[in-house]
Amino acid sequence: MQFMLLFSRQGKLRLQKWYVPLSDKEKKKITRELVQTILARKAKMCSFLEWRDLKIVYKRYASLYFCCAIEEQDNELITLEIIHRYVELLDKYFGSVCELDIIFNFEKAYFILDEFLLGGEAQETSKKNVLKAIEQGDLLQENQSADWGGLPRDELL
Amino acid sequence: MPAVSKGDGMRGLAVFISDIRNCKSKEAEIKRINKELANIRSKFKGDKALDGYSKKKYVCKLLFIFLLGHDIDFGHMEAVNLLSSNKYTEKQIGYLFISVLVNSNSELIRLINNAIKNDLSSRNPTFMCLALHCIANVGSREMAEAFASEIPRILVAGDTMDSVKQSAALCLLRLYKTSPDLVLMGEWTSRVVHLLNDQHMGVVTAAISLITCLSQKNPDEFKTCVSLAVSRLSRIVSSASTDLQDYTYYFVPAPWLSCKLLRLLQCYPPPEDGAVKGRLVECLETILNKAQEPPKSKKVQHSNAKNAILFEAISLIIHYDSEPNLLVRACNQLGQFLQHRETNLRYLALESMCTLASSEFSHEAVKTHIETVINALKTERDVSVRQRAADLLYAMCDRSNAKQIVAEMLSYLETADYSIREEMVLKVAILAEKYAVDYSWYVDTILNLIRIAGDYVSEEVWYRVIQIVINRDDVQGYAAKTVFEALQAPACHENMVKVGGYILGEFGNLIAGDPRSSPLVQFNLLHSKFHLCSVPTRALLLSAYIKFINLFPETKATIQEVLRCDSQIRNSDVELQQRAVEYLKLSSIASTDVLATVLEEMPPFPERESSILAKLKKKKGPGAVSVTDLEDSKREGGELNGGGDRGPDTSSTPSPSADLLGIRAGPPVGTAPTSAGSLLVDVFSEAGPAAPSAAVHDDGFLRFVCKNNGVLFENQLLQIGIKSEYRQNLGRMYLFYGNKTSVQFASFATTVSCPGELQKPQLNVQTKPVEPLVEGGAQIQQVLNIECLTDFSDAPLLNIKFRYGGALQNLTLKLPVTINKFFQPTEMSSNDFFQRWKQLSQPQQEAQKIFKANHSMDTEVLKAKLLGLGAALLDNVDPNPENYVSAGVIQTKGQQVGCLLRLEPNAQAQMYRLTLRCSKDSVSRRLCELLAQQF
Repeated sequence: MQFMLLFSRQGKLRLQKWYVPLSDKEKKKITRELVQTILARKAKMCSFLEWRDLKIVYKRYASLYFCCAIEEQDNELITLEIIHRYVELLDKYFGSVCELDIIFNFEKAYFILDEFLLGGEAQETSKKNVLKAIEQGDLLQENQSADWGGLPRDELL
Repeated sequence: MPAVSKGDGMRGLAVFISDIRNCKSKEAEIKRINKELANIRSKFKGDKALDGYSKKKYVCKLLFIFLLGHDIDFGHMEAVNLLSSNKYTEKQIGYLFISVLVNSNSELIRLINNAIKNDLSSRNPTFMCLALHCIANVGSREMAEAFASEIPRILVAGDTMDSVKQSAALCLLRLYKTSPDLVLMGEWTSRVVHLLNDQHMGVVTAAISLITCLSQKNPDEFKTCVSLAVSRLSRIVSSASTDLQDYTYYFVPAPWLSCKLLRLLQCYPPPEDGAVKGRLVECLETILNKAQEPPKSKKVQHSNAKNAILFEAISLIIHYDSEPNLLVRACNQLGQFLQHRETNLRYLALESMCTLASSEFSHEAVKTHIETVINALKTERDVSVRQRAADLLYAMCDRSNAKQIVAEMLSYLETADYSIREEMVLKVAILAEKYAVDYSWYVDTILNLIRIAGDYVSEEVWYRVIQIVINRDDVQGYAAKTVFEALQAPACHENMVKVGGYILGEFGNLIAGDPRSSPLVQFNLLHSKFHLCSVPTRALLLSAYIKFINLFPETKATIQEVLRCDSQIRNSDVELQQRAVEYLKLSSIASTDVLATVLEEMPPFPERESSILAKLKKKKGPGAVSVTDLEDSKREGGELNGGGDRGPDTSSTPSPSADLLGIRAGPPVGTAPTSAGSLLVDVFSEAGPAAPSAAVHDDGFLRFVCKNNGVLFENQLLQIGIKSEYRQNLGRMYLFYGNKTSVQFASFATTVSCPGELQKPQLNVQTKPVEPLVEGGAQIQQVLNIECLTDFSDAPLLNIKFRYGGALQNLTLKLPVTINKFFQPTEMSSNDFFQRWKQLSQPQQEAQKIFKANHSMDTEVLKAKLLGLGAALLDNVDPNPENYVSAGVIQTKGQQVGCLLRLEPNAQAQMYRLTLRCSKDSVSRRLCELLAQQF
C-alpha cells in the first residue's frame, strides 16, 4: 500500500498515512485530487478505480471515507477488508467509533494504524493482538469521557 | 469497551480542537492557529522548564495544526526530547511527531538516531516496537545507514518477542525499498525464509511481505520459500473455519496470509518437485471448489475475504499458464462473477479475464462471454467498470469476432466518457487494422472513427489510413467514394477534411465519372471546408488543389482563380503563401507533361523489396535511412501487427508532414534512391546474442559502429531495436521497445544521460518521455534527436526502468552514438588523397594500431564495414590493391574534421594495420580505437 487517507463527506482530511516518500506539496495535490474524485462518485459505484499507475480502493462508513492506494499487483478485495478491519479496531477501541473520536483522538487513530499496518503491509491482523498492544500503552492513562460537548455522534458501524 | 480511556487527559488539546471546529471561517481558523502557535513558541522559549506532560501536549497540538495543512517549522527539538522520556505516552507522541514531520536537519537526525538506538537496545518490547515503527515510517537513507545491519539480527534472534519480530520484518522491508544496497541479508537468508514456518501467525503475516519483496529481487537465493509457502497454504486452506481462532475473519481462515502466500508463489515458476506441485494444485482446486459452496455468512466481509483469496489464486493460475483445467475453471468462475450483483466483483472479473484472454488455453473460453461483456459496456453505470469491459473486449478480439467487437466499440464511442475516448480510438484503429480482411471495412471503420471522435484521432491514425489506401489499389476507389460521402456532412471534423483532401487529390479521378462527384463538385466540396480549417490543413488542401489541376484540367481555371486571390497569395502565413505562389506558377508555366511528372500519384509507401535493398547495399551514403529497414527492426521487435497476412503494406513511418508533394522538411518517404539507407549485411550478427543483465550493457554498442539499425539488446522480457539516421551534425534515433511477454510492463520509463565529458556539452540528446505502460506483446517507439556539438569519445547512456509482474527491472545500455556517425563521405583522386595525407603529418594527428583479425577477412565483408563507417571508400587510390583507403569529413556544430583512413590487411598473418590521420588528434585516436575492434 502506498498511502491511506481518511476524509469526511465535506472533504476534510481526518487522517493521512504515507508509506512512500513524497513532498508535502505532492501529498496535498494527491489528497485534493482524490478527495474530489471520490466524493464525485455515486453510492452504488464500484469501490475500485485506476488512478495514475495505482489502484484506489475506497469505502464509506457513515460520514467518513477510507481510501487506500495500492499497487498494480495488490489485491483490491483484501484491501477493502484491511479498511474494514481498521474500522473494527477503531470501533472496538473507542466503543462505537464516530468521526469525532478520530478528530479528537487523532493520535490514537495513528497508533492503532501503526500496530495494524507497518510500511504499508499488514503487520498483525488479529484484532485481539492489536488492541492488546494499544491497551498496554493506555494502562497509565486517566479515564476521560467520550462526550464531545453534546455534539451528535454519527457511529461508523 | 466503553471503559477504555479515550485520550490521555490532554484537556488543552481537546479544547483547542473544539475551538478550531467552532471557527466559522478560514480566516478565523488561521487567527486561532496563529494565536496558538505564538503561545506554544513562548512556552518553548520560556525560562521555565516544561514538564513532560506539557511538552507532549504542545507537540501534539503542533501535530494537529500540521495535519490541518499548515506549515510547522519548530517543535522538532521538543519532540526529540520526548523520545528519551521514560513515559510510554510521551515517547509515543515524540515518535509520532518525528514520523509525520520528517526533518532533514542532520544534527536532529543524529539525536533521533541516538534515541532510537537506545530504545532498540532497551530490551523493552514496547519501546523496541515504537522505535521500529518510527524507522519504518520515516524510512530515510540516514536511518537505513544507521540501522539496516542491526534489524536483521533482531528479526531472527531466538529471544525476540513476536511483536518485535513483526515490526522488525516490516521495518526491514521499508528500508529495503528505499535503500536496497544497504540491506544485506546474506547469512540471514535461510532463517528469514524459515519464518514462514513460525508458530505465530502474525509473525508469518509480517515476514511474508518482506520475503516476497526479497524474492522478487533475488529469486534464486529465496527459492526454498516455495515449498514452505505451499505447505503453509495447504494447512490454511484445509483448516476448518474456526481452527485459526483470531486469525479467522468472518469464517474465512487467515485471508490476508493466504493472499500473501499466493502472491509470493507468483514470483516463481510452477514448483519442479512433483509432490509440492501436486499439493499446490490441490490447494488451488480447493479454493475454486469453495467458491461454489454456499456462503457461511451473508456479510459482505465474508464474501470479500473469500473472493480475495479466489482472485489471488486465479492470478497464480494465470501466472503459471500451464494447467488448462484450472485455467478453464478460473474462466468459468469469472464468467459467473460477470453477472454478479456486486459491482466490485463484476469489475474484478472483467479485469482478471483480460489476462486470461491472452492465454492460449483460455482464450476460447473467455470468448464465450462476449455477449455479457458487450452488455456490460452498454449498461454498466460506472465508467470504471465500462472501461474494464472495453479492455476485455480488446483483449478477447481475434479474427473471428473483430467485426462485432469493433462495431460495438464504435457505437460505444458515441457516448463514451471523454476521459477514455483517445484510448478507445487507438484500440479501435489497432483492431481494425490488425484484423482487416477486406480493406473497405478498414476504411469504413477509420472514417467512422474520425466522424464519431475526430478530436481524439491522433495523427498516427489518419496517416496510417492514407498509407494503406495508397498501397492498396483495390481499395482506392472505395476510399475516394466513401470519403467524398463523408465530406457531404455539413459539419465534419478537420481530420476528415485532411483525409478527404489527400485521398481525393490522389484518387478523385476514380469517382469523377459519376456526375454527382464530378471534378468540380469534388473541388467545391473540399473548398467549402477550406476557410474553417487550420493552417496545416489548408496547406494540405492547396496541395490537393494542384493535384486536381493535373488530374482534371477542366478545374484549372477555377483553381487558379482561388490560388490567385489575395487571401492565398498574400496570406500572412509563409507556408500558405509560398504554396499558393508556387502552385499558381507551376500550373501556369509547366507543360502538361511536366505537370504530370511533378504531380504524379504518390508511390506506394516502401515495402520489403529486394531490388531497393540491393541498390542500397551497393551505394551507401551517410544520413538517410530506408523505411524498409525500419520495418525489419519492427518485425524483429514483435510489432503488434507482425505476422499478419495483409501483404506488403506495413510501412509505419508516416511522412512527417503527410504532405502530398513532400515539400516540407524531412526525408521524402517513398522516394528511395535519395534515401540511401544503411542496410548493410548484418555482418556482426553472430557476435552478440542475448546480453546478460549486467550494470551497463555495452556489448551491443560495438556492433553498431558500422551499422545504424538492428537489435541493440534482448533478454527474455524486452527487446530493444534501433534505427538511426544522421545528416550533417544531426541525428535521429528511433528506439523500439518490444514487450516479449504477455504481461503488461508498468511504470515504463527511460532516461538518456550524457556522462563524463559529454556533459561539456559535446553532444545534445533530446527526447520525450514514453508512455508508462507497454502492453504484453506490444511495442512502443521513442525518438531521440541528437546534435553533435564537438567531437566526443564517450557514449550516452540509456536507462530503462519498468515493472514486470511487480518486480522492478532496471537496465542501462550504452547508446551506439559514435563520432563516425557524423561522417560525410568525400570522394577524391589518388593525388588529392596522398597530398592531404602528407599535410596531416604531425605525429599527434596520426593514430595507428596493428592488431589480429577477429572476423572474416573477406573483401566484401571488409568493404561493407568500411562503407558502414560512413566515410567514402576510395577505389584505385592505394598503389597496393589489397589495401583500403577512405576519406570523409566529420561534421560537428563547431567545426569540420577531415579524416583519412588506411587499412592494410595481411591475410597470411591474419593481421591488420590501421592508420588514421585527422585534422584533430582526438578524432584520430577515437576512430582508431573504435575501428580496431571491428575487423
